[in-house]
Amino acid sequence: MKFMLMMNAASKGGDYQIANWPKKDIEAHIGFMIKFSQKLAAAGELVGAEGLAPPTQARLVRAGKDGKPVTDGVFPETKEFLAGYWIVDVPSPERAYQIAAEASAAPGHGGAPMNMPIEVREVPSGPPPLD
Amino acid sequence: MIDHLLRDLTPHVLGAVVRRFRDFAAGEDAVQEALIAAAAQWPRDGVPDNPRGWLIQVALRRMTDHIRSEVARRTRETAVAADAPVVVAPAVYSDPGVDPDDTLALFFMCCHPALTDASAIALTLRAVGGLTTGEIARAFLVPESTMAQRISRAKETIRASGVPFEMPDAAERAARMGAVLHVLYLVFNEGYTATSGDALERPDLSREAIRLARAVLTLVPGHGEVEGLLALMLLTDARRSARTGPSGELIPLDEQDRSLWNRESIAEGVALVGAAFSRGAVGEYQVQAAIAAVHDQAARAEDTDWPEILALYSVLLRLSNSPVVALNHAVAIAMVHGPAEGLKRVDAIAGDDRLKGSHRVDAVRAHLLERAGRPDEAVALYRLAAGKTSSLPERNYLLMRAASVAARM
Repeated sequence: MKFMLMMNAASKGGDYQIANWPKKDIEAHIGFMIKFSQKLAAAGELVGAEGLAPPTQARLVRAGKDGKPVTDGVFPETKEFLAGYWIVDVPSPERAYQIAAEASAAPGHGGAPMNMPIEVREVPSGPPPLD
Repeated sequence: MIDHLLRDLTPHVLGAVVRRFRDFAAGEDAVQEALIAAAAQWPRDGVPDNPRGWLIQVALRRMTDHIRSEVARRTRETAVAADAPVVVAPAVYSDPGVDPDDTLALFFMCCHPALTDASAIALTLRAVGGLTTGEIARAFLVPESTMAQRISRAKETIRASGVPFEMPDAAERAARMGAVLHVLYLVFNEGYTATSGDALERPDLSREAIRLARAVLTLVPGHGEVEGLLALMLLTDARRSARTGPSGELIPLDEQDRSLWNRESIAEGVALVGAAFSRGAVGEYQVQAAIAAVHDQAARAEDTDWPEILALYSVLLRLSNSPVVALNHAVAIAMVHGPAEGLKRVDAIAGDDRLKGSHRVDAVRAHLLERAGRPDEAVALYRLAAGKTSSLPERNYLLMRAASVAARM
């Protein structure tokens, strides 16, 4: 079963809070995230993972009358936004929750677990993949 | 061992097959099949005496089978079996000759300007580099079906644009060589900047680019810019194990543990730069390599010959008109004449449209402000740059730099 684990981060002025942490906290957080992905990959559970650029660069796009893109942004007032995601392939939802809890406890400011919210959504199996 | 041999032989085999049949797409498929057959048989039965000849023969046979079945299909479709054209299979040479121009023509074809950079890179790695589609897909972190599609569209583009498989004339050749070097440079950079940890087992694109640059240099010995590019790659790659820390974080040049630098690569790179410069004509890759050589030859960061680097950047600026070179030139000015002079220079070039929205101007300003003893402004700009860069390791580096300057305030 595949699940998408979405990490939501609080925003302040459109930038990640991590920008204002002391160096050793940033190091610990980044080190945790790298090891976390390596561990999932080694266990054969990782399908994909990406971190996203801060919302200062985000744009909301809609098709205009002529089909050309109409863009909207920046969103500094947004309180929470998607900061990154993992897609994992695991035997049960419980295992996905376990992984999500581990990610949620990533070290934050002062080294304490952040306990940030991780939204877990199943990626239903669909038609056979292309090719 | 066999793996290396196969990849070294790939361009020669493909060059020979395409020259004979004039069908790049089918030839490429046939060569891939021959490589797969070799990878299965050689470890078991031993490497044949003439491995190149073996591969060419198998690929030619596959090619003949392909043409026979194509003709059979067409014949069935048109239902004129009685008039079916007679297919004469080309004789399979016992010792097929290999023309170095074929290999070079293959490079020119795969790096053709009609292709986008992404397509040219993929096609070059597969057709000339002998990497499988799966390996290339993993190297660029895209699904294999996506990469397969990219490669087949690249072949289609080549077919549709009617690019002939032949040596361009001398005038055209210089321009086309520029495209080949550009593609190899992009492959190298992809490998070099994307390295973060080894757990993901991405095929090593930097080493592949170096191998291909060496191959090009054997085809055009003494070509200054090929020497320059190969030197630049070697001198940059030499710092590989010193440029990232335990968690994959970037370590800037002036803080690297220089005892980790690869002396052998540095020696080879320095010799290549020397050889290229002694021939007189100077190109961008040579100058960039010369700058890398100055850095690599300094035993400590503080021993770096900045006046020499500044002089080289001034030469590079005349050759290239790139805003990124202009920014590096400003940094060199700061190292020689002080941060205030460097900042003045940055102000003068920051208005360039090509730098609009780029994190580079902010990052360079932040560095110079830090050196100038203006930490408040430096921290703000490091953070601004971190929010703009699209490279994760670079973002992390800029954030940590901001944090450590802030901690000293």
